[in-house]
Amino acid sequence: MRWRLVIPVVVVLMLIVLLGYGLTRRPDVLPSALIDKPAPQFDLPTLASDRERIRTADLKGKVTLVNVWASWCVACRAEHALITEISRRTGVPVVGLNYKDTKEGALRWLGRYGNPFAVVAFDRSGEVGIDWGVAAVPETFVVDRQGTIRYKVVGAITRDEMNDTLVPTLERLKASGS
Amino acid sequence: MRWLIVLLLAIGWATGASAVDLEGEALARYHELNAELRCLICQNRSIAESDAPLAQDLRAVVAGQIAAGRSDAEIKQYLVDRYGEWVLYDPPLNANTIILWAGPFVLLALGLLVVFVIMRRRRDSADTAPAVDRERLSRLLDAEAQRGAADDDDSSREHS
Repeated sequence: MRWRLVIPVVVVLMLIVLLGYGLTRRPDVLPSALIDKPAPQFDLPTLASDRERIRTADLKGKVTLVNVWASWCVACRAEHALITEISRRTGVPVVGLNYKDTKEGALRWLGRYGNPFAVVAFDRSGEVGIDWGVAAVPETFVVDRQGTIRYKVVGAITRDEMNDTLVPTLERLKASGS
Repeated sequence: MRWLIVLLLAIGWATGASAVDLEGEALARYHELNAELRCLICQNRSIAESDAPLAQDLRAVVAGQIAAGRSDAEIKQYLVDRYGEWVLYDPPLNANTIILWAGPFVLLALGLLVVFVIMRRRRDSADTAPAVDRERLSRLLDAEAQRGAADDDDSSREHS
């Protein structure tokens, strides 16, 4: 008859584990379909000049951080200082993907807060954003030397995320030669 | 003022290749596909129901691809490649979704098992319990009958 006592305890423990799992997950952060896939093809004008273009091929040969942002995006402002810091600490160039923005707004934003980007691709229509699986800005992708997406942050980067995952991931990729 | 015009043009572009260009069967496919695709921002709505800018863009993608002659499966695959199976309201059966698909049936089977066990227990106890009672009952009845007979003898003597 002892098992009659054990069953409710086991059921309650299973419920606790299940609910705990549910509570600690972030349902708004979706797993990316693009991890370990080649970066989607794009060919866009740069924010600086309509005549200059930036393409997927330009990402190859070095580890890069691709940051999707817009001047209308409040969370982008929040992570701005951290993007700058990551680039300074790791030496990894940050490629901006300016998403559904205006040229004037984007340039004014960079003038006001500083420009952490090596180059900014200007995606006015958001077409390239869709190719990159962008649901909402900001999103940040770690792209390795082969042009493969290795990691993705959805939403504004936090200091913990920068220290615990982003910087170590970038350093590891730089060191591994891949 | 200029940015406003640019913004309006951008919105015009995003919604431009919409249902307007599609007719008949293509329009029906457009509405069906939109209802099956999930909006990634307002996660409990389809892109047909949502007014989020991304949903508008995705509707434009669906419209554009239908107009370009792509099949429903190709359009869905295009979005799954970018956003993951999450965009599908009707997820395919695979290793990741097996719990989702099999879960209800497993729970149903477990429930039936519990009901079966409880019912068998009840039946077992129903078989045995009356047998004990009957034995005891007859003993009690016998004892009662003997005592009753004795009482009858006593009373008959007193009243005579």
